[in-house]
Amino acid sequence: MDLLNAIVVLANFVIVPATAYGAQLALGALGVTLIYGILRFSNFAHGDTMAFGAMVTILVTWGLQGAGVSLGPLPTALLALPVGIAVTALLLIGTDRVVYRFYRAQKAKPVIYVIASLGVMFIMNGLVRFIIGVGDQRFADGERFIVSARNFQSLTGLDEGLAIRTSQGITLVTAILVVIALFWFLNRTRTGKSMRAFSDNEDLALLSGINPERVVLITWIIVAALATTAGVLYGLDKSFKPFTYFQLLLPIFASAIVGGLGNPVGAIAGGFVIAFSEISVTYAFRRVAGHVLPEDWMPEGLMQLLSTDYKFAVSFGILLIVLLFRPTGLFRGKAV
Amino acid sequence: MTRVEPRNILLFGLVAILFIGTGMMQSWNSALGIFNMGLVSAIMALGVNMQWGYAGLFNVGIVGFTALGGLAAVLVSMPPVPEAWAAGGPRILLALLAGAATIAGAIVVWTRLPRGWVRVVAMLAVLIAGYVIYRAIFDPARDAIESVDPALTGYLGGLGLPVVLAWPVGGLFAAGAAWIVGKVALGLRSDYLAIATLGIAEIIIAVLKNEDWLGRGVKNVTGLPRPVPYEIDLQQAEWFIALSDRIGANVVSFSSIFVKLSYAGLFIVVILALIWLSQMALNSPWGRMMRAIRDNEVSASAMGKNVTRRHLQIFILGSAVCGLAGAMMTTLDGQLVPSSYNPLRFTFLVWVMVIVGGSGNNWGAVLGGFLIWWLWIMVEPMGLALLEFVTSGMAADNPLREHLIDSAAHMRLLTMGIFLLVMLRFAPRGLIPEK
Repeated sequence: MDLLNAIVVLANFVIVPATAYGAQLALGALGVTLIYGILRFSNFAHGDTMAFGAMVTILVTWGLQGAGVSLGPLPTALLALPVGIAVTALLLIGTDRVVYRFYRAQKAKPVIYVIASLGVMFIMNGLVRFIIGVGDQRFADGERFIVSARNFQSLTGLDEGLAIRTSQGITLVTAILVVIALFWFLNRTRTGKSMRAFSDNEDLALLSGINPERVVLITWIIVAALATTAGVLYGLDKSFKPFTYFQLLLPIFASAIVGGLGNPVGAIAGGFVIAFSEISVTYAFRRVAGHVLPEDWMPEGLMQLLSTDYKFAVSFGILLIVLLFRPTGLFRGKAV
Repeated sequence: MTRVEPRNILLFGLVAILFIGTGMMQSWNSALGIFNMGLVSAIMALGVNMQWGYAGLFNVGIVGFTALGGLAAVLVSMPPVPEAWAAGGPRILLALLAGAATIAGAIVVWTRLPRGWVRVVAMLAVLIAGYVIYRAIFDPARDAIESVDPALTGYLGGLGLPVVLAWPVGGLFAAGAAWIVGKVALGLRSDYLAIATLGIAEIIIAVLKNEDWLGRGVKNVTGLPRPVPYEIDLQQAEWFIALSDRIGANVVSFSSIFVKLSYAGLFIVVILALIWLSQMALNSPWGRMMRAIRDNEVSASAMGKNVTRRHLQIFILGSAVCGLAGAMMTTLDGQLVPSSYNPLRFTFLVWVMVIVGGSGNNWGAVLGGFLIWWLWIMVEPMGLALLEFVTSGMAADNPLREHLIDSAAHMRLLTMGIFLLVMLRFAPRGLIPEK
């Protein structure tokens, strides 16, 4: 019985939140890795792209809520998501036309793109702050829990409760659907295949008649969908604050590199590796130990490896380990 | 030395006019305030220019190196807190030693043992055991120190030395952090260095915010000793009253200007020395080698140059300059406020300075530092004025108008982004290009 309680505590505080967070990171990292594979640079504006997409979705959600539209138990934001994706796609395509296309024509070095993406980051960040402000925004509605702690306790008769929030369930389901759609697109459709060919060998792809501008255009649309979805899910799960999205850049890049830059499967694996390590390293295991260990074995401390303030240190630590021992990432990314 | 181009004098003259104009239109006090921070920004830009302009290294952790410099200012100049030292000073040092020994032990295990799973297990065992020991020594000491009069101190304090000594120490701290990052991330793709520096900066800021025993965390350290006289003392000094009488100025406002001028004097000495050193370095065989490596790594390494070693060297040098600037900035502010270290304000703004000023050219970096800092300060009131003008047709309580005017502060990020992109596209070599 005690072991069961321990498992429930662990599931409640580590496994469920880490799964949701991992799915959000994976979606973010997929966007970074796609840009890296097709356009061949690390996009520093990605965090702010997520913020922008989430912001548009929030604005539309507020509009829908004001008009009395709702999805019942599901958050209204899901209804607004397609609009968010469309607007973000327009913004990204516009950015590509105005900024990146020029450097593609010049065949500029990757680092120039990165600096350009810094400029784009500034502009997007400024836009988001300008439109919606720097504060916390709440936009979640509908049912709060799929399983609430009290229901779980009365259902199972255990001392500990397990709560699964609607946002966590939706995150996982949406992420799985998006990933299936993405992989179907990349592996089965003609356009997807041409994207992979372009990523593998640009010159060969050009020779076989693939239109690079079309590949780039589709990449940006997919990236907009991934980034907006990731941003909205993160915002539903936690809350929307522009600066948090900028700070997500580090765990997202860490996920993409840990998995292997340019490798979509790696990006997903990396997202979960980072999320699970971050949450389990910063979680205080005292309560879990309380159920498993005999009383006089209990250590005094919280049994917390690092305080939650250092959660970025975990992504960074894993990043360093991967760079030191396996710079191509777990799944053999493109480049060293 | 090389010939000075008239165009460059004109550019510096224009920036000077901006500052003088601010002095005449607003007040000399605020113009000098902007000028002093402009000097600090110019030094940061010099540091980044060494890394990017000489060697093509992409550092986005400037905010972290700057913050380390700020920490150095506290650790060197603040008076020590004897009660806190008695409570847990030696024990903290012992804990840090144990931590360092753990890492050293892990490295020894990794390099000495033969390949295979034994090595991995042994290294993990050393790390885990070391971490447990470290925490066992560290935690009680930290709690003891932080409970010593937490409202006023609650930290170990510093060494009580003159604050100017903190400037080179800040450089050393930053150099140490840069060595660790560079060792890991240099020699790999250029993007990896960028992401690693982004990470180390986040961690340095997190340490400053949370390790109260070290620098009081978010409780801030205020009242750092100054290298220049205090306004209050000046206002009572005979010679100063006589001086302000002679030039016919108000004693109070002149004392504040005098203090700012003294800071400016100190900073100008530092920046001139740095420019002289970097110009000498750039025109020496070493500088030519660096540029050769930047322009073609393959052929430079074919000529027998160790590219990764040279990159590490310049990365450490440039970061040290950022640390120095960080210590100077904290000295100027007179306080360490960890929550004020925002990457958008430090790291990315300094990048705009370097790109706009002219990468690879020290004078360009300095010009960019002054110009962009001035704009950063001035865009806010300008944006406000612009928005007020645009919305002047609307009613005073129009929600759109209120929102726009409230958001004027965020115009500066937008403007800086546009500056960066426009320069990068239409004048990628900057205002004062590399020769």
